[in-house]
Amino acid sequence: MSTYTIHGATGEWEVVIGLEVHAQVTSKAKLFSGAATAFGAEPNTQVSLVDAAMPGMLPVPNRECIRQAVRTGMAIDAQINAWSRFDRKNYFYADLPQGYQISQLYHPLVGEGHLDIVLDEKDPENTTKRIGVERIHVEQDAGKLMHDQHPTMSYVDLNRSGVALMEIVSKPDMRSPAEAGAYVRKLRTILRYVGSCDGNMEEGSMRADVNVSVRRPGEEFGTRTETKNVNSVRFVMATIEYEANRQVELIEDGGKVVQETRLFDPDTGTTRSMRSKEDAHDYRYFPDPDLLPLELDDAFLAACRDSLPELPDAKRLRYENELGVPPYNAAVLTAEVETARWFEKLLTTAAEQQGKAQADVAKQASNWLMSELFGALNKLGKDLSDSPVTPEKGGELLALIGDGTISGSIAKQVLEIMLETGDGAGEIVEREGLKQESDTGAIEAAVDTVLADNPDKVEAYRGGKDRLFGFFVGQTMKAMQGKANPQVVNDILKQKLG
Amino acid sequence: MTEHTEMGVAQIRDGVANGDFTAVEVAEAFNAAVAAASDLNAFIVTTPDSALDAARNVDARRAKGQDIGKMGGVPIGMKDLFATDGTPTTAASHILEGFVPPYESTVSAKLWDAGAGMLGKLNLDQFAMGSSNETSAFGNVVNPWRAKGSDAPLAPGGSSGGSSAAVAARLCPAATGTDTGGSIRQPAAFTGITGIKPTYGRCSRWGVVAFASSLDQPGPMARDTRDCAIMLEAMAGFDPKDSTSLDAPVPEWEAGLNPDLSGKRVGIPREYRMDGMDADVAKSWDDGIAWLKDAGATIVDISLPHTKYALPAYYIIAPAEASSNLARYDGVRYGLRDLPDGAGLQDMYAATRAAGFGKEVKRRIMIGTYVLSAGFYDAYYTQAQKVRQLIADDFAKAWESCDVILAPTCPSAAFPLGDKVSDPLSMYLNDVFAVPASLAGLPAMSVPAGLNRDGLPLGLQIIGKGFDEQGVLNAGLAIEQRAGFTAKPDTWWKA
Amino acid sequence: MSVDKATVTKIASLARIAMSDAEVEAMVPELNNILGWVEQLGEVDVTGVEPMATVVPNALRLREDEVNADPKTGGGVRDKVLANAPAPEHGFFGVPKVIE
Repeated sequence: MSTYTIHGATGEWEVVIGLEVHAQVTSKAKLFSGAATAFGAEPNTQVSLVDAAMPGMLPVPNRECIRQAVRTGMAIDAQINAWSRFDRKNYFYADLPQGYQISQLYHPLVGEGHLDIVLDEKDPENTTKRIGVERIHVEQDAGKLMHDQHPTMSYVDLNRSGVALMEIVSKPDMRSPAEAGAYVRKLRTILRYVGSCDGNMEEGSMRADVNVSVRRPGEEFGTRTETKNVNSVRFVMATIEYEANRQVELIEDGGKVVQETRLFDPDTGTTRSMRSKEDAHDYRYFPDPDLLPLELDDAFLAACRDSLPELPDAKRLRYENELGVPPYNAAVLTAEVETARWFEKLLTTAAEQQGKAQADVAKQASNWLMSELFGALNKLGKDLSDSPVTPEKGGELLALIGDGTISGSIAKQVLEIMLETGDGAGEIVEREGLKQESDTGAIEAAVDTVLADNPDKVEAYRGGKDRLFGFFVGQTMKAMQGKANPQVVNDILKQKLG
Repeated sequence: MTEHTEMGVAQIRDGVANGDFTAVEVAEAFNAAVAAASDLNAFIVTTPDSALDAARNVDARRAKGQDIGKMGGVPIGMKDLFATDGTPTTAASHILEGFVPPYESTVSAKLWDAGAGMLGKLNLDQFAMGSSNETSAFGNVVNPWRAKGSDAPLAPGGSSGGSSAAVAARLCPAATGTDTGGSIRQPAAFTGITGIKPTYGRCSRWGVVAFASSLDQPGPMARDTRDCAIMLEAMAGFDPKDSTSLDAPVPEWEAGLNPDLSGKRVGIPREYRMDGMDADVAKSWDDGIAWLKDAGATIVDISLPHTKYALPAYYIIAPAEASSNLARYDGVRYGLRDLPDGAGLQDMYAATRAAGFGKEVKRRIMIGTYVLSAGFYDAYYTQAQKVRQLIADDFAKAWESCDVILAPTCPSAAFPLGDKVSDPLSMYLNDVFAVPASLAGLPAMSVPAGLNRDGLPLGLQIIGKGFDEQGVLNAGLAIEQRAGFTAKPDTWWKA
Repeated sequence: MSVDKATVTKIASLARIAMSDAEVEAMVPELNNILGWVEQLGEVDVTGVEPMATVVPNALRLREDEVNADPKTGGGVRDKVLANAPAPEHGFFGVPKVIE
């Protein structure tokens, strides 16, 4: 799909990328305790005795977290393991109160799956690439350390400690920063459709560990580095860009890539080695003896499957094939679940009010939404989530255009007033007297006046100056204050000019 | 009237309920006994006021005609592995010195709800790791028993050595214990008392300082079988806070006690009759067989072929789990913090844990860390869990031909303090008969069977099918009735 | 398999237990003694045997997604959480400064 290579001094290098995305599971309570998960609480106020790893405290898993991980797995067509188990990953750090993270190594909840990415939505070929997902497992998040509050101390806040995460591990299937970016965006879209993660990267609900290696095209994988906790699509791409170039330079200078953990610095766009975490990685994974194997029955799995919404790829195909929405529009409108929901409400109202099938109005609706409303909202610094125009009011406006009550240019005016006032389209048209004039008598009279006032131009037109037709239309519309039905104006002009 | 401190759980409960005496009188008597027995070092903390408060409460309830509970008016000792709200809980380790839990373990809470009171927190092997109570950071407990004609201090067994010594010395009518690889049964045997480890999952582990999660199981230690049945009823029960807790109703074990073993088959595992077995231990086992026959049981020879591998498997699995369970003692949130000048976080961990953990705890953390480390995991840990499955399978097969199993509790009577400290392996071997049932999660109990040639108590062990505590208790009662064990240690510790 | 001083040092470091040279020295034969003994497990034929996964037949229960359903395992208990902290600081746990 893309042929991204690093041009080294000694030739071309291919980049191999795998991502481990940590997605916070949408749940009210933590994975193994009843403490809340809400973002932004006062330090250590959402910490139970279990999360603080007090002596004798024990974990009990949250059904919702398991359910959401299973649904996510189903959404990427993955194998769901009805028998899985939690393991302990042992290491010491101040943000890890138990001295181990409860995770899943040997028997993850979700096995192999995949998702399809599209690099360029405007590409008429619409080329997709399938990216493999190795596994999804459920694990505990760690707490947070603050280093800038005290000269000699770091502060530990355990509010996040024990919040459920899904670790979604891709196969090393990506070959460019653009593919990795598309993968993260697509994954985020799916998570938000499923409702298993809010995808909020600013609040840390989604972050990625970026594995990068380079190789000569066709050769074995090179040694990879892992850059931890990268928290935006842009930074993921920047990390890859930097790491790939760094590694190529290193190898070409006769050096060797060291398998290590690195940290991305957003200020400089570079990565650096995290030596503090390098000492003897030996996590001593073993099954958590405080927990039994997790066995999911058919009823649970069926309920998970039944609760899945229409997923973005399916929705997009339906928009294109059943509703006749242009491919690019379909791609944009399905990229965010909220946009799709908005569009579908708009469509429902527009079709109902005109008594038409959705397929008959979908193309127009998608065009209006994308070119008119998005543009107008953009100017106001708003988006659909805080749009003064609701999908129902938008549908009403589309219906008014559709049945000829107003023209397209008047509709623009109406929309502006709607955005300002939040009023309904019909109400505005009525109040402002914007109804389109289709009465042939009035239009005929206006046309007659225009022709009588411009005998020279009539002459010239009849003499072959066809492009003067637009002038007559303009003058007639002006005389009618823009409310004349353009089709009727055209017809009458043609008839009178002969 | 019998002295209050000579009474057991049933007798106290019934006496208080009948108004023969008050709970406060009982609490005062035991508080006094505890105060006079500091030489035994059985308690880490005494809580006489707590015992009195609970007693007053029970007396008040009785006065109002309310139910006083299964353990109404019975003051008990609490092994200092159970978190007690507002009372220091140390696991006998410096690393938890000064730790005052703001929460109460499920088991202790159930006991208080049942009308029991707390005399104090009982000494134990540090983090329940030991078989002689010599690994406690607060000094060893001394067994109230002494060999005939000797003043040499003996080990009370471990890890529940404070519990065993306190019950045997009549400092409390009963005490909680926890059993990971024999920590209830072996000290019970060493001190001539009764103790039962129920089926894994019967008693909640919530609020019990963890040693090895897949093995740890609380249980009662008391003077006889009935008292154990009563107390176990009060301790057991489903706890949604413990994922390994059994979601099953608690049987009425006391009401179900029946020493008639007609129709029951008692298995005698041939692999437990080891070469060079102590003659007195062998004899007490034979006595036990005769008593159970007399109670109506049929004796069958059984085989538990993987018995010899139980201890080595245990000494991989238990330390592995412990190495992880004890990682939380890091000086950040509670307990000891040792922060050398200029030390960073990781240095603080290492210094804190070096200063806070005792030698045996460190040794086990080291073993556990090693067997889980990269490259060794399968050879040690996975292999041990497979052998553990084979050991459980051995028992499953045995249940095809028997209902309970009879064996000695320990290979010897109480040994002198200091005897095995320098040789961890010989210490570990003391649990050779106790560990298989722990690995298989089965209920197992020790009852006194008599005295050896030195006048020291010996225990017999009954192992039952999973969930069949009743079968175990009944066989224990049958032995108890025939053993006629009434011997008591001399009260040398009362100055 | 037997351990040497270097291995014991590494294990002690993994376990975060500071040990003097003499302690490491003393620990080497102790661990080897125990490890040598547990290695007899290698004799056991475990062909076709799965490692034990549950001690007694029991299934993992899942709890409902409810905040503070049981106060004993719920949040909002900062005072309790910090009550035993060696260095509580403005609602946080204080630790020596970490350089990441």
